[in-house]
Amino acid sequence: MSAKNKTQARRKIYQRAVLESFIKLNPRWMVRNPVMFVAEVGSALTTILWIQALLGQGKAPARFIGAIALWLWFTVLFANFSEAVAEGRGKAQAESLRKARQDTPAKKIRGEVKDVQSAFSKVEVVSSTELRKDDLYLVEAGDNLPADGEVVMGIASVDESAVTGESAPVVREAGGDRSAVTGGTRLLSDYLIVRVNADPGQGFLDRMISMVEGAKRQKTPNEIALNILLAGFTIIFLIVCATLLPYSIYSVGASGQGKPITITVLIALLICLIPTTIGGLLSAIGIAGIDRMIQHNVIAISGRAVEAAGNIDVLLLDKTGTITLGNRHAIAFIPLNGVAAQDLAETAQLASLADETPEGRSIVILAKERYGLRGQTMGASEKAPSGMRFIPFTAQTRMSGVNYNGVEIRKGAPDTIINLMQSNGNHVASDLQSIVEAIAHVGGTPLVVTRNNKALGVIHLKDIVKGGMKERFAQLRKMGIKTVMITGDNPLTAAAIAAEAGVDDFLAQATPEAKLKLIRAYQAGGRLVAMTGDGTNDAPALAQADVAVAMNTGTQPAREAANMVDLDSNPTKLIEIVEIGKQLLMTRGALTTFSLANDVSKYFAILPAAFATTYPQLNALNVMRLATPESAIMSAVIFNALIIIALIPLALQGVPYRAVGAAKLLRDNLLVYGLGGLIAPFVGIKLINMILVWIGWV
Amino acid sequence: MNIYSWIQLAFYLVVLLALVKPLGSFMARVYQGERTFLDPVLSSVERFIYRASGVNPEEEMNWKTYAIAMMVFNFLGFMALYGLQRFQAGLPLNPQGLGAVTPDSSWNTAVSFVTNTNWQGYGGEVTMSYLSQMLGLAVQNFVSAATGMAVLAAFVRSFARHTAKIIGNFWVDLTRSTLYILLPMSLIVALVLVSQGVVQTLSPYKTGALLQPTTDSSGKAVTEQVLAIGPAASQVAIKQLGTNGGGFFNVNSSHPFENATPFSNFSEMLSILMIPAALCYTFGKMVGDTRQGWALLVAMTIVFVLLLGVAILAEKGGNPVFTVMGVDQAQTNINPGGNMEGKEVRFGIVNSVLWATATTAASNGSVNSMHDSYMPIGGLVPLWLIQLGEIVYGGVGSGLSGMLVFVIIAVFVSGLMVGRTPEYLGKKIEAYEMKMASIVILIPVMVVLVGTAAAVMTEAGRATIHNPSAHGFSEVLYAFSSAGNNNGSAFAGLGANTSFYNIALGIAMFIARYWVMIPILAIASSLANKKKVPASAGTLPTHTPLFIAWLIGVIVLVGALSFLPALALGPIVEHIMIFG
Repeated sequence: MSAKNKTQARRKIYQRAVLESFIKLNPRWMVRNPVMFVAEVGSALTTILWIQALLGQGKAPARFIGAIALWLWFTVLFANFSEAVAEGRGKAQAESLRKARQDTPAKKIRGEVKDVQSAFSKVEVVSSTELRKDDLYLVEAGDNLPADGEVVMGIASVDESAVTGESAPVVREAGGDRSAVTGGTRLLSDYLIVRVNADPGQGFLDRMISMVEGAKRQKTPNEIALNILLAGFTIIFLIVCATLLPYSIYSVGASGQGKPITITVLIALLICLIPTTIGGLLSAIGIAGIDRMIQHNVIAISGRAVEAAGNIDVLLLDKTGTITLGNRHAIAFIPLNGVAAQDLAETAQLASLADETPEGRSIVILAKERYGLRGQTMGASEKAPSGMRFIPFTAQTRMSGVNYNGVEIRKGAPDTIINLMQSNGNHVASDLQSIVEAIAHVGGTPLVVTRNNKALGVIHLKDIVKGGMKERFAQLRKMGIKTVMITGDNPLTAAAIAAEAGVDDFLAQATPEAKLKLIRAYQAGGRLVAMTGDGTNDAPALAQADVAVAMNTGTQPAREAANMVDLDSNPTKLIEIVEIGKQLLMTRGALTTFSLANDVSKYFAILPAAFATTYPQLNALNVMRLATPESAIMSAVIFNALIIIALIPLALQGVPYRAVGAAKLLRDNLLVYGLGGLIAPFVGIKLINMILVWIGWV
Repeated sequence: MNIYSWIQLAFYLVVLLALVKPLGSFMARVYQGERTFLDPVLSSVERFIYRASGVNPEEEMNWKTYAIAMMVFNFLGFMALYGLQRFQAGLPLNPQGLGAVTPDSSWNTAVSFVTNTNWQGYGGEVTMSYLSQMLGLAVQNFVSAATGMAVLAAFVRSFARHTAKIIGNFWVDLTRSTLYILLPMSLIVALVLVSQGVVQTLSPYKTGALLQPTTDSSGKAVTEQVLAIGPAASQVAIKQLGTNGGGFFNVNSSHPFENATPFSNFSEMLSILMIPAALCYTFGKMVGDTRQGWALLVAMTIVFVLLLGVAILAEKGGNPVFTVMGVDQAQTNINPGGNMEGKEVRFGIVNSVLWATATTAASNGSVNSMHDSYMPIGGLVPLWLIQLGEIVYGGVGSGLSGMLVFVIIAVFVSGLMVGRTPEYLGKKIEAYEMKMASIVILIPVMVVLVGTAAAVMTEAGRATIHNPSAHGFSEVLYAFSSAGNNNGSAFAGLGANTSFYNIALGIAMFIARYWVMIPILAIASSLANKKKVPASAGTLPTHTPLFIAWLIGVIVLVGALSFLPALALGPIVEHIMIFG
C-alpha cells in the first residue's frame, strides 16, 4: 500500500469511527461498560439541567452548565471513539483478508469420485457460495480455491500469499500433514480435488474475520476482573458524590453562609473521579491486542488466548525446524582402528551419491572439502564404475547405500547396522561402540558406514542450532518462561542440543502421548503451557495446551485444536505472541493506575471550587491557583475528556514490554504511570485553565 | 519533644516489634494444630470442650459451613448479651441495683461487643451491673476477638493450601484462639495491671470524703463522692488484647482505676498492637514464607509511624486560641508543651497521642485522652486511620484479613502492570476474588458516608450535635467511621446515646463486621481451591521495598479518594480556619 493510500485508509477509519461513537451512545450498548454508562447518565442529567437553566430555573448559569454538559458528552464520545478506531483498524485488517474471499467460480463435482478421470467428467461450475460442507470440488492450475477444505486427491503447489503474506508457494497433497487448504488461495500447478469442510461463512477464515471484527468479541477473564474493580471504584465515587450533597447542606447551615453544592458540580466531580480513562479505553485495549496479533500475522481465535499468552510459564518447542535448522550436517568422518580416513570418506561419499537428502549431500560435500574427493558422478568412471545400483532408504531397512562390482556399501543408524552384523555372525569392532557413544554424547547423530558387512567407521552428523536462538531463550528466561525442547532424538543427543541451544529442559523420544502427559504434568503444577504444532498427531497436545499456536501449513485437526494460527508458520513467533499478551495486560494495569492517580489532582481542583461560597478558606487547597471556581471545575472536566483522546495511541500500541524481570518492570511503570499520573493532571489542568482565561471564557 | 518523649516512643516500637516473632510463631503453632508449651495444661481442657459440645475437631468445614457457624455463634452471643442487659436488674452481682438497660442501648451495646467494635453509647459505671460486665461484655471481648482470629486463620490457610475445598473448623479455631492465646495473655496482663493498682473487686462502690468540699448548682454543700469500682483489671486486659476497647468505666483508660500508672499505660498500649502485629509473622509462617509477613508488618509500621508523627506534631504545636487566651503552651519540665486540652496530666502529650494513634490503627477504640479535644489535624489522624479500613495492624484477625484484601487489590493492579495474570503467593487473582475484594473495600466506605449523610440530614441526627460547625461534622463522621470500621472509639462531643444513634450505629457495626467477613471467607474458599503457581522471574515479588511502597500507595490512595471530600468539610477546613 502506498503512503497515500494508507493515509486515505486511515482517514476512512477515523471518519467511520466518529460516526460510530455516536451510534454507540445507545444505552443498551453502553451498559456493558459500567464506568462509561455512569458517565453517559451523568451527561444526560447535566443536559437536562442545562435545559432547565435555559428556561431560567437553573441553580447555576446556563452557560456554565451547558459547557460542562458538552464536555461530559465529549468524555463519553471520546471513549466510544477509541473503541471504534480499534474496531475500525480490525475491520480494515479483516477487509483485506476478506478481499481474498470474493465470490469465485467453483468446479463442483457431482456425486462420489472413484478416480481422477471420473472426477473431471462430473464437474459443474457453480458459485463458491453454493458449496456446502462435504461437497467436493476440483481446482486446476490458475484457479482460486473457492472454499476451505481437505485435499482428497492430487498434489499441487499453492500460492497462499493472500492469507499468509508469504510469497513462496507451498505444496499441498492428499493425506498427511499438508492436506489442508484455505479458500482464497491460488493454485499454481497441477490439480487438487478438495472436500469442503465448512458451510459458507463458517469457514476457518470467516470465523477469524468475524472474530477480528469484534462482532463476537467476548470479555476476557482479566478484563472481567478489572471491570469489577472499576465498577467497585465507580460505586465508591457514586457514594462519595451522592453523600457530598447532604454534607454540603449541613455545612451551609454550620457556617451560616453560601449555597449547597449544585448537582452540575456533583456530576462533574463524579465523572472526573470515576476511572473514565481506563474505563473508556478498556475495550479498545482488548481489540487492539487482537489487532496487534494480526499485524504479526497471527490470528487468535479468542481474546482469551491473547491474554493467556501473557501468562505463559512453559513453552514447548519442537526441536526440528524451530530450534535447529531442519536438517543435519556431516562434520567428521571417524575411522575405526586400522581403517584409513581417506578410505572411509570415499566409501561414505559413494554411499551418499544418490542420497538427495540434505544429510546425504552434506556427506558428499564434506568428503570433497576435507579429502579432496571430487568429481564423483553417477556416471561410469574409475571410482564409480557403471553398474552401480543405489539402495534407497526405507523405513524397514533403515539404511541406504550402493552395490557395485559385488561390493556392498551401506550407511545407517548404528543399532540397525550392529544388529545386522551380529545376525550375520560378523565381528563387531570393539571401538565402534565407543565412537558411536562419543558422538551421541555431544549431541551428534552417528551413521555407521560398512563395506561388505564390515564396519569402516562412523559419520558424525550434527544438528545446526539456528542463529540467535540462545539469546531468544535467555530473553524468555528473563520473562520467567521456561523453554522445553521436544524431540524424537534419544536423550543423549537431546541433552547435548538442549545445552547448545540454551533451553531449560527437553523431552526426548517424544511421542504424542508423552507430549500430552508432559503438558498435563506442568498444568497440574499450576503452570500455563504454550506450544506450537502442525501435525495431526500434535492435535491432542495442542488442545490440552493453554496457548496453542498452529502453523497455517498444518493440518486441519491441528488448526482446529489450536487457539491461534500463525499465518507465517514460524514457530519462534511464540515469543512475539507472549509479548503481545503481556503488553495487553500491562496496558490495562498502567492505565488503571494512571486513571486513579489522576483523581488526586481533581480533588484539588474541584473541592475548593465546589465549596467556594460555604468555606472560602478551602481555597488554600487550590494549589494550582485556578482562576475562578467555575473555570477550575471546567478545566478538570476538559482534562478528563482530553486525556482519553491523548491516550488512544498508547491504548492501541500498548505499553512496551521489556524482558527485564517483573520487579524492574513494575518500578518503571509505577514511575511513569503512577507518579506521572499523580503529577501530569496538575500540569494539564493548570494549562487548560490558563487557556480558558486567555480565550476569555472565565 | 524532649529526649524522654523520644525514648518512650522508641521503646514502645522496639518492644512491640521484638515480640512479633516469638508471639507470631507461637500463634502459628496454635493455628496449625501443633504442640505448644501450653499443651500439658490446656490440651485436656480443649479436648473436654470439644467432647462436651459434640465438636469433631478433625472435621474441617467449607466456607459456607464456616460462615454459618460463625454467624450462629455470634447471633447466640448477641441474644445472650441483649438479654443480660435487659434483665440485669433482677440478676445477681448488681450491688448498685442498676436498672434494665434501655432496648435501643442494649441493642447497640450487644451488636457493638459481638462485632468487636465496642462502641459505648452508655457509661459503664452507671449502666452495667458487674454480672453484665463480666458475663456479658468480657465474654464477648474474648470470643468476638477469637471470631476475628478464626476467620483470619481460615483466610491464611487458604493461601497455604491448594485444590482444597475446606478451610478449617470454626469451633476449633475459635476455641484455640481463646484458650491458647487470649486467655493466657489476658491473665498475665491482668496481673500486671492489678500490680499497678487497677481495681479488681466485686464489692459495691465506695464513698469517700472530698479533699476540697464544693457546692452543687443549687448551692448545697458537697463533701463526699461515690467512687465506682469493680472487676476492672480482668476486663481491661482483654479489652486491650482483643482490640475491643470497651472501657469498664465511662472515661475508659483515662480513669485512674482503669489505667493507674505510666507502666500500666505502657502495658495497655502494648497490648493494643501486640497480637495484630504478631499475626503478620503468623501469616508468614503459615504460608511458608516469613518475608511476606514481614513485608506486611513493615507496610503497616510505616503508615503507623508517619501518621503518629503528624499527630504528635499537631498536638505539640499547640492551639492558637489558647495563645490568645494566655494559656501557657511552652514546653518546660512540668509542662509537656502544646495542646493539653482533653489529655491526662499523668500521660502528657506523647503518650496520649501514641495511644490515640495505636487505638485507631488497631480497631481497639479504648482511649486515655479525649480525641474531640485534639487539634483538627491531631484528630484527623485517628479518624483517617479508622477510615483506612482498620488494616494498619487493625483488629485482631480482622485487621490482617483486611490488609490481605488490600494486598489482593494491590497485587491485581501491579500484576497487570508486569504483564501477567496477577498472583499472590502462587494464587491467581481473578474475577471472583476481585468481586469479593471490591465488596470488602466498598462496604465500610458506604456505611461511613451514608451513615454520616443520614445523621446530618435528619432532625434526630442533628439534635445531639453539640457543636454545630465543621467540628460537629467531624464528630458525626468520626462516630460513623468508628462504627463502620468496628473500631469503637468515640470522638465524643456528640450525644450518641439516643435511639437514633444507637440504632443507626448498631446497623453500621453489624454491616461492617459481617458483610466484610463473609466475603473474606468466600475469597478464602476460592483461593484454597486454586492451584499454586510456582514463582518464576516473571512473577512479581511481593516482599520487596518496591511492593511495600506500592501497597502503602494503594492503601493511602483508596483512603484519600474515598474520604477527602468529607475530611475537607471537617478537620481540614477547621484546621485552615484556626491557622488561616
